[in-house]
Amino acid sequence: MSDEYDNNKSYQAQSSEVMDGSTGSVNPDIDYVRPSEVGEQELYHPHSFIEKWVFCQDAKVIGVQYFLTAVFTGVVGLILSWLMRLQLGFPELAGFMTAEHYYQFVTMHGMIMVVYFLTALFLGGFGNYLIPLMVGARDMVFPYVNMLSFWMFFVAVAVLMASFFVPGGPTGAGWTLYPPQTILEGTPGAGMGILLMLISLSLFVIGFTMGGLNYMITILQARTRGMTLMRMPLTVWGIFTATVLAMLAFPALLVSAIMMTLDKVLQTSFFMPTILKAGEVLEYGGGSPILFQHLFWFFGHPEVYIVALPAFGIVSDLISVHARKNIFGYRMMVWAIVGIGALSFFVWAHHMYVSGMNPWFGFFFATTTLIIAVPTAMKVYNWILTLWRGNIRINVVMLWCLGFIVTFVNGGITGIFLGNVSVDVPLSDTYFVIAHFHMVMGIAPLMVIMGAVYHWFPLVAGKMLDEGLGKWHFWITFLGAYSIYFPMHYLGFIGVPRRYFEMYDSPYMTSAVGMNEFISIAAFIVGAAQFILIFNIIKTLKTGKKAEQNPWKANSLEWYTSSVPPEHGNFGDRLPVVHRWPYDFSVPGAKEDYIPQTTAPSEVIHTEVEKT
Amino acid sequence: MHAGIIFLLVIVGSILFHIFTPWYWTDIASNWKGMDDTITLTFWVGGGVFVAVCLFMIYCVFRYQHKEDRRAEYKPEDKKLEKILTWATTFGVAALLAPGLIIWNQYVNVPKNAIEVDVMAWQWGWQYRLPGKDGKLGTTQVRNIADNNPFGINPDDPFGKDDIMVESDVINLENNRPVKILLRSVDVLHNWYVPQFRAKMDAVPGTVTFYWFEPNKVGEYEVLCAEYCGVGHYAMRGGVEVQDKADYEAWLGEQETFEQLSARYEKLNVDGNKLAKK
Repeated sequence: MSDEYDNNKSYQAQSSEVMDGSTGSVNPDIDYVRPSEVGEQELYHPHSFIEKWVFCQDAKVIGVQYFLTAVFTGVVGLILSWLMRLQLGFPELAGFMTAEHYYQFVTMHGMIMVVYFLTALFLGGFGNYLIPLMVGARDMVFPYVNMLSFWMFFVAVAVLMASFFVPGGPTGAGWTLYPPQTILEGTPGAGMGILLMLISLSLFVIGFTMGGLNYMITILQARTRGMTLMRMPLTVWGIFTATVLAMLAFPALLVSAIMMTLDKVLQTSFFMPTILKAGEVLEYGGGSPILFQHLFWFFGHPEVYIVALPAFGIVSDLISVHARKNIFGYRMMVWAIVGIGALSFFVWAHHMYVSGMNPWFGFFFATTTLIIAVPTAMKVYNWILTLWRGNIRINVVMLWCLGFIVTFVNGGITGIFLGNVSVDVPLSDTYFVIAHFHMVMGIAPLMVIMGAVYHWFPLVAGKMLDEGLGKWHFWITFLGAYSIYFPMHYLGFIGVPRRYFEMYDSPYMTSAVGMNEFISIAAFIVGAAQFILIFNIIKTLKTGKKAEQNPWKANSLEWYTSSVPPEHGNFGDRLPVVHRWPYDFSVPGAKEDYIPQTTAPSEVIHTEVEKT
Repeated sequence: MHAGIIFLLVIVGSILFHIFTPWYWTDIASNWKGMDDTITLTFWVGGGVFVAVCLFMIYCVFRYQHKEDRRAEYKPEDKKLEKILTWATTFGVAALLAPGLIIWNQYVNVPKNAIEVDVMAWQWGWQYRLPGKDGKLGTTQVRNIADNNPFGINPDDPFGKDDIMVESDVINLENNRPVKILLRSVDVLHNWYVPQFRAKMDAVPGTVTFYWFEPNKVGEYEVLCAEYCGVGHYAMRGGVEVQDKADYEAWLGEQETFEQLSARYEKLNVDGNKLAKK
């Protein structure tokens, strides 16, 4: 449906079209845009404070609600990481911490950061705020369900946090929740803690499904006139593909959570074999712990891309806007996003090379895993080729993008070590793995989140964040995070295993003590530096410079709303009509170095713009 | 300007760190040098790509800094360049994958002359069993496990009688002789891992997993549990002693068979009963 009328130049103008055009001087031939097939969406406008700010149906408010809730969980996750680093670097100062505590912190940190922070932030936060604005819709197609989605997420977070306060504390099974240990004595929180975790995850999946349906259908059905699929900003492509992945992957998590709950509560044996504990044979038998791992990673690996694809999309847009240059190879970028998304369902068992699954799987999953490196590398090339011959503003947003490229390439390369089955054998379950995934799916997406915050804050709040504070925030975070995770790979080479409450006293590991102290100090500083952003936001909201409309001179629709910040309904009386892709920067012959998506071809008739 | 310089220092610092790092792998003590070599190869290829991409990015930051009077180039696509880059990447990836798969093929195919070592894991410790003179391990079942039968060997299985029970968390191995590690667990996941041997595999309750290696350096090594197994995970240690043939056989001769162990317990029982009667 997207391309069929693009190439057809012989459309006749309809009289209503000329009337609907955004400017008076519409050239009927070249400016033709197919009329809308459906009528305008009717919006439910709030009638009270509660409807406006609490149970709100405006996707922008829901986006901010998601964002703030996710950031709250992120701060909890950050504090947990500090406690872990205190134990690893300075155990003499962490006398209050038992092994039980440590494993509970490890588990909650991992689960919070991956699911409740990153996933919710990218899809619930950025997705809700940006999708309707970027595709030119008034709101999500099912605003009421969208509101329910957030509140379901909120309850999921509340249940998760409640597990800190139940007898036995939260689960300490590791974020992968591998049975049988997860639900057995000997693992912290094997009672109430794990039950609340499983309930919280189930609620998250239910809430997320409601949101995900909205994102997908809004993108497929509610785009404004002229917004073909191949004219969508890559941000939307990334979020869209990630949502499709999530809709296919989360059911596997839900199923495994339900089965594990049954194993725990009703002593079924989905994942539980015959087990001898403390001299007694438990009432289990015949289940398969490896089955759980397959289900978990069938969700867990796409989950990596659920976080990464929106980051890919957003960073593409940020780089293009701030380098004043079209994104290089847009179509390649779109197909790379879609291709990575599809491939991500065929690589899950590369997390299980040494799990005891049939070893012959290794050949297949190593091959698929390394194939995924090709489209991923293409994306990296296209980012740096977008910089090439650009006109690059080195502002805070661009700095985060550059930081993303460095950390993402670094983490991507170490992924080739781990994906290459026999290289994984010595490195799996060591600190190399920790360093790899923190670099590639912790720090790299975080860089994008930060860049996106500085980029879109003027739209959301109508004020410009302070650049000076922003630069401090960036450099401390980037240099600090890099010096945490780059040296950490080398601990993995020594063979230091992950999830060790105390570092080992073996001679080949005592040398790691100094590095652990260094890493811990860096972690404290990087964590503290995040409060610069919070301070910056508070200061800007109080005294910051007012943002003009479209301060970055971008082309995409979110900057062309009727007011800044945009109101409910986004675009005032009339929806925008789209005539081009969002990357017409520095077009030869154009007066400005950008041409908004809403500019009709007849207005820029003397430029050498390529047809998109 | 400053930004480019700092990024450049980060890249240079990374390379220097890699060259001068005091933290690197332990001296290898098994046949899996191919794994180390593939890591080195991946370092060259992957590290080269990392440095090249970052240097190109830094060059762009220096060269194409924003100027009001300049315009960026307008060129949405370059099919030829994209094609070259795709094929070059595919080739590089294939070159890394090939040795990886070749070594994996060796890893999953155990040599015929490998001696089997049955490693049993529990929360939180290790035990070992070796085949006796018949060269075969007796079948086992978790439900048979008892004080007088720590491995749960089926009492009716003739192959089990002469199995050698190593009642210690340290196992001795013969130098330059391949071993097939059979992994079992009675409770949760574990992983029998010696960094110097490079190899590892999870022990999974309900099934028997395996891997193999050939120790090639006499000495004592520490065993670490490499799969999280509950609060005692970090303390779950064991040991390996690699010995020359003569020393190894002397050690082997001192170990008890399953039959001897059963007899010893029976005697204990009889003695115990006698004591009770008195």
